[in-house]
Amino acid sequence: MATKSITATGAAVRSVPPRKPLNLRDLIVPWLWIGPAVIFVLVFLVYPVLNTLWLSLQNADSSQFVGLRNFARIFTDSAMLGVLGNNLLWIVLGTAATVALGLLIAVLVDRVRFEGAAKAAIFIPMAISFVGAGVIWKFVYNYDAPGQPQIGLLNAILTRLGGQPQAWLINSGINNFALIAVYVWMWTGFCMVILSAALKGVPSEIMEAARVDGASEINIFFRIIVPMISPTIAVVATTMVINLLKIFDIIYVMTGGNFGTDVVAVEYYNRLFTFNDFGISSALAVILLIAIVPIMIFNIRRFRQQEAER
Amino acid sequence: MSMTNNPVDPARVSAEKEIAGVRGPTALELAETPVSPRERLGQRLNGGLLMALVVLISLLWSVPTFGLFVASFRSGAATQSTGWWNGLVPPWSFTLQNYQDVLSAQGLGQAFLNSLIIAIPGTILPVLVAAFAAYAFAWMRFPLRDWLFLAIVALLVVPIQMTLIPILSIFTGLGITGSYLAIWLAHTAYGLPFAVYLLRSFFGALPSDLMESARIDGASHVRVFTNILLPLAVPSLASLVIFQFMWVWNDLLVALIYIGGGDRAPMTVTIANLVNSFGSNYQVLTAAAFISMALPLIVFFSLQRYFVRGILAGSVKG
Repeated sequence: MATKSITATGAAVRSVPPRKPLNLRDLIVPWLWIGPAVIFVLVFLVYPVLNTLWLSLQNADSSQFVGLRNFARIFTDSAMLGVLGNNLLWIVLGTAATVALGLLIAVLVDRVRFEGAAKAAIFIPMAISFVGAGVIWKFVYNYDAPGQPQIGLLNAILTRLGGQPQAWLINSGINNFALIAVYVWMWTGFCMVILSAALKGVPSEIMEAARVDGASEINIFFRIIVPMISPTIAVVATTMVINLLKIFDIIYVMTGGNFGTDVVAVEYYNRLFTFNDFGISSALAVILLIAIVPIMIFNIRRFRQQEAER
Repeated sequence: MSMTNNPVDPARVSAEKEIAGVRGPTALELAETPVSPRERLGQRLNGGLLMALVVLISLLWSVPTFGLFVASFRSGAATQSTGWWNGLVPPWSFTLQNYQDVLSAQGLGQAFLNSLIIAIPGTILPVLVAAFAAYAFAWMRFPLRDWLFLAIVALLVVPIQMTLIPILSIFTGLGITGSYLAIWLAHTAYGLPFAVYLLRSFFGALPSDLMESARIDGASHVRVFTNILLPLAVPSLASLVIFQFMWVWNDLLVALIYIGGGDRAPMTVTIANLVNSFGSNYQVLTAAAFISMALPLIVFFSLQRYFVRGILAGSVKG
């Protein structure tokens, strides 16, 4: 034992590990470590994706192969097209609002002394469940008949200013926007925290130099800050798009998908558990997946790029 | 706005400042650079206007939550007849009755317990399984390693909705639908892609010499993992634990499908049922919603710095 560590050869062996060829043990051991995760993922994610693809090509009770007829039904039914349109509205508006507001607030709080407190106030909704948020926002959107005291904050303000109370969640001209506002309230904090960190990484020398050259703050924002943190903006935006494609809870809790607020995930849920229509509901899920594939490819590309830069 | 005379909101802001002060620098603040040329930049803008704008935005974001908080301490009759802001004007008549009602009569006490029973194993299991996998992905060499890792990360984007029918039929075949075991397994699987992704980037950033020299000295993988990696990885594990706990605790859809509305239902399901069935029975709802929010808020505030670190590691560095 003692001689091994004293002899010169022993020391050499210890400092430079011998390059063994891969033996059977080296091949098996990693699989023991990743095995549980791989099994979980195969059973709970990979198999269901394949199974749903298969179910989407069959009829309501999966007794007959119908090819693409479920998809044809979805894309020709005007109510279904409305559902898809709503989802699109959510994705476009929700992403634009959370990212833009998150960036704006990150820039603003960067310049005040109570940055931590302001950030906490905006970040808190992240810790609240969609169900809790639904209840919170009932007190904002509640509607009482004109002339009655309004217990909803928004209508109280509106009537105080001399307007008519609005049924924010029922009136189909505004209810989608009212629901999207709840999402924005919940997720702007997430965008803000990430964008804020990226913002701190922009070297101040560059901004100083631009300022010396007479650039305005707005010019600095759009010509220097935004281009420099654009990779982070892309990350945040794709996260929001994925979230919004799958949006379910806010709508399920606040309107149940009624009054023209239905989206794919809620409609899927209703088709499955109210109508037991496996064909249509699986087809809806497949549409979600297909919509997400481009984002998945984008994310994988980004990941490989990062690994290469390591 | 109609609330300019409201004395409570500024107090709330200063209370938040105090919280931040008592706990030392929060993670949100830690991310800041020390006083820099940015300070001068702030002075260029109209400082007062800027401050007012930030205060306004912070208030705007806090008001809805604060409203629920106030409403939960008002009687049902008051909540249904007048807006919650009326409760802030003397004479005050706050009551704890709603909380008592909810905990006893509505079965919310059991639901709270159910949420814990679901969330604790639903957090520990995926973190453990992901930690094993992330260790191998970060520190072992084996064929297809990077491709397997990419495949798991790609599954991040699979809509959970898509998995519900097939998994439900598996669970029904095994006879475990509606049991805690079913939802533990489901949350473990759904949490894995993100957990593996996050932990691998954390583990990969640890100093490799430490791990390699231990291996060369003949330590087994199990020893390296438990004696070297885990102690070093406590902060990263903590941030993942917070993510996963909040996700499981706040989840509605997974619980709705695999547990349903029975006596094992967690708080989110019970409250969603209250919303749908009572509609305007606000006083029960307010207290119930606030109880369900309390735990994640406590977890969030006490472990905030880990939470933010987790977000940053997952999104900025990759």
